[in-house]
Amino acid sequence: MTIFGFRVPMMASLIVWAILWEIVGRLDLIFLIPPMSSIIETGVHLVQTNSWQNASIITLRSFAIGMALAIGIGVPLGILMGRFKAVDNLMGLWVNMFVSAPLSALVPVLMILFGLGETTVVVTVFLFAVWIIVLDARAGVMQVPPSLIEMGRSYGANGWVLFSKIILLSALPEILAGIRIGLIRGVKGVVIGQILVSIVGYGELFELFSRSFEMESFWALTIILFAAAMLLSALIETFEKRIEYYAGAR
Amino acid sequence: MQQAARSTIKAAATNDEAIVQVRGIDKTYGDIEALRNVDLEFSRGKLTTLLGPSGCGKTTLLKIIAGLVPATAGEIRVNGRVVTGPGPERAFVFQDFALMPWATVMRNVAFGLELRGVNAAERKRIATHYIEEVGLVGFEDKYPHELSGGMRQRVGIARAFSVNADVLLLDEPFSAVDEQNRRKFQEDLLRLVDLEKKTFIFVTHSIEEAVYVSDRIVLLSPRPGRISQIIDPKIDRSASPDDIRRDPGYLNTVEEIWDGLRHYVD
Repeated sequence: MTIFGFRVPMMASLIVWAILWEIVGRLDLIFLIPPMSSIIETGVHLVQTNSWQNASIITLRSFAIGMALAIGIGVPLGILMGRFKAVDNLMGLWVNMFVSAPLSALVPVLMILFGLGETTVVVTVFLFAVWIIVLDARAGVMQVPPSLIEMGRSYGANGWVLFSKIILLSALPEILAGIRIGLIRGVKGVVIGQILVSIVGYGELFELFSRSFEMESFWALTIILFAAAMLLSALIETFEKRIEYYAGAR
Repeated sequence: MQQAARSTIKAAATNDEAIVQVRGIDKTYGDIEALRNVDLEFSRGKLTTLLGPSGCGKTTLLKIIAGLVPATAGEIRVNGRVVTGPGPERAFVFQDFALMPWATVMRNVAFGLELRGVNAAERKRIATHYIEEVGLVGFEDKYPHELSGGMRQRVGIARAFSVNADVLLLDEPFSAVDEQNRRKFQEDLLRLVDLEKKTFIFVTHSIEEAVYVSDRIVLLSPRPGRISQIIDPKIDRSASPDDIRRDPGYLNTVEEIWDGLRHYVD
């Protein structure tokens, strides 16, 4: 974007919004919106506290375990569904149902099953992320060009060799796209899980800040979380672009 | 004409230099009869073209010979052995190139050798030779999406040559290539046929292309595919490409085939 001939960097609009927020905050219209400067100031203090650091570690751990399970189970399941009609028939209905289901509604049930703790959050992350990973891996395997498989067979590839040298590599861009969307959904899962459980990690902090009307801390935490989610998504996207380069024009 | 075709088949059957023998091949997909009782022999060291209107089962027949598609009835013999699947004595060139988009030209060309467990140094030596032969020197480290359609098919052809098969099966290899490149390709193919002394089975729907490159042309009828005519163009291949295209033998053969096919096209 250029204004009066000057090139304005992409993130510049954020500064405009921050200034607007600052003005509204200074006007003291509602207590929900404190000035941006005091939010940032509180944020700097917040990240130095023990409670924030502990909450971050717990959150990252739940997220990492949940995502590892979602990828570790989702990718192989998707590949099996793409390769074998029987598995597809058996699992297709469930995957398609869960991928669009409002999973937040299930969290209270998970709390009964897994208790009020980290396990429930891990399961929530898993359930938020796994289905789209399954579906994309399945689509990737099913979209392998038939002539590429015939090519492999005609030059003597069979079974495992055909799978590992052609099918898997050909499906890789779709598998990675599924993992990227899965990770973004996983971030939602970890936050929703923690907020509903409300005694672990960021959920505990959110509960504390909103109950005691510490709006500066509340907003600071929200901004940190949003920034982290966007950063994660951007990171995976760069990685994906490099893979897509090799996958080429398909 | 049917009578003439029969006698030509008889003549072909007595040829003991046949490397590929097709005996009584039927192919049905559900209710659709793609091929009916096809008997055919392919002579060693010759380029034979399967020509016919679309849907005549020429590609199906080629894939049955390749062992990629099972026949409903009949058998294929290559070097006297019955075909049950793909084998190292046959190599296939695909209409849509079938290159691995994640692999460089070098790795794509060497892929057949890689699958056969040839060591890396040897793979590279052989692949380099054929990359040179198809005129892709300097493109070894490029990826398929960085190449034009014509160059991609050169990679497919180099891959087929690298495995040193006796029989090369080409499924409409130039149909996805633009007209100027196609002519160049046909000339290059003749040079490679001369150089490599292999047996070629070539599928095309272009009459001119078939007459230009073939030692023998097998005309297939529309579904169910049967052999309707076998033609041996008498053309002096040592002449320059332009002279071949002006040769009365070339033009007459094109006319003859067109007369044979005309009544199928309507």
